[in-house]
Amino acid sequence: MTGDTLGIAWRTVSLAALATLVMLPPGIALAWVLARRRFPGRAMLETLVSLPLVLPPVATGLILIWLFGRRGPLGGVLEGFGIEVMFTWRAVVLAMAVMGLPLLVRATRAGFEQVDRRYEEIAATLGASPVRVFLTISLPLAKRGVLAGALLGFSRALGEFGATIMVAGALPSTRTIAVAIYSYTETGQEAAAMTMLAVSASIAFGALLLSNRFATGS
Amino acid sequence: MPVPITLDFSLRQGDFTLEIHEQVEARVVALFGPSGSGKTSVLESIAGLRSPDRGVIRIGSRTLYDVEGGVDVPPHERNVGYVPQDLALFPHMNVTRNILYGAGSTPDVGRAAALEQILSLLELRPLLERGVSDLSGGERQRVAIARALTTSPLLLLLDEPLTALDSGLRARILPYLERIRDELATPMVYVSHDEAEVCAMADWVVELELGRATRSGPRLGDS
Repeated sequence: MTGDTLGIAWRTVSLAALATLVMLPPGIALAWVLARRRFPGRAMLETLVSLPLVLPPVATGLILIWLFGRRGPLGGVLEGFGIEVMFTWRAVVLAMAVMGLPLLVRATRAGFEQVDRRYEEIAATLGASPVRVFLTISLPLAKRGVLAGALLGFSRALGEFGATIMVAGALPSTRTIAVAIYSYTETGQEAAAMTMLAVSASIAFGALLLSNRFATGS
Repeated sequence: MPVPITLDFSLRQGDFTLEIHEQVEARVVALFGPSGSGKTSVLESIAGLRSPDRGVIRIGSRTLYDVEGGVDVPPHERNVGYVPQDLALFPHMNVTRNILYGAGSTPDVGRAAALEQILSLLELRPLLERGVSDLSGGERQRVAIARALTTSPLLLLLDEPLTALDSGLRARILPYLERIRDELATPMVYVSHDEAEVCAMADWVVELELGRATRSGPRLGDS
């Protein structure tokens, strides 16, 4: 394995881990809202969250370019603070987080749905505010679902390609494993592509194995 | 000390309508009747877990629910201890953490003394380090009652506290409940369909059938 391969593998794993941390708070909030609240627009929200799952990843990438490009509504604001997103490591994290979020939300939501509401109700009668009920009852009891969701989101982030190449390109400074496999193959560097493949497969295998263990509790 | 309790409300759930119009002054009010008569719905309305369609719920001088007055105190501010029939002990906490859940984060001296009293009254000290899945039926019952009492509730709601226990255990748990009534003087609403229990515990009995009170008085009517 060359230094380059190691660098790419490390970058991919660390950015995917960062993306997982970024998607956890909104992911947990969305999962809880979808599992526990009835409100107008709920079906809409549910669909919106799942959209990156069915949309071609490049299409999601294009939407992100619109939003976070220099002239985009969010990109313009961030540039005002001197934060550039497009074609930097931030764009990689953004693409990974958006693509991983639906999987995180699904597993986490299932985790919350399995929590018997009875415990939440009784905690409230014992004087616990809704925030305390969430932190001391709902979240700990949904722990398995949250962990499984985080690992699924992380695995998805590791393999992200379509949205990433749209927003971050295949620059040496932003290249992830998936993007590297593509560019190595394109440029006929087959041995390098094979090495990346092996690295990618072993990381993904490990993550999925862990995820299944959390989900089934074995 | 007897406490004035106003339960004057109606609650609709699908085909079932609960109508109750009671104003009593008692230490222990029993709600007596067959299953499906609406006893648990009364308790959950008092605890704030269900919202009546109209009416008033008042304990002593405190109004918990009043449609016309626009009062609907959320469950976590009602200070009503509820021991549901399924107990709902928190499975991810041991006995101590279950009991202390409602005790608040800043235990003062008065609270600590009250806690000591509850622990000795219910003989819970040997159980404190146990996990809730390692408890017997009677032990679980006592832990759930202690958990509800540590909030120093205005009122204790007990839903069939002895039903799940065999007759030997019943005879052993009932004295604990009598001690709570007599020593802690916490007023209670006690749901049961067992005559002997109601006679032992209550000083006011409301008999319910299909969501209506059929009889209300200081003791159980002959039926």
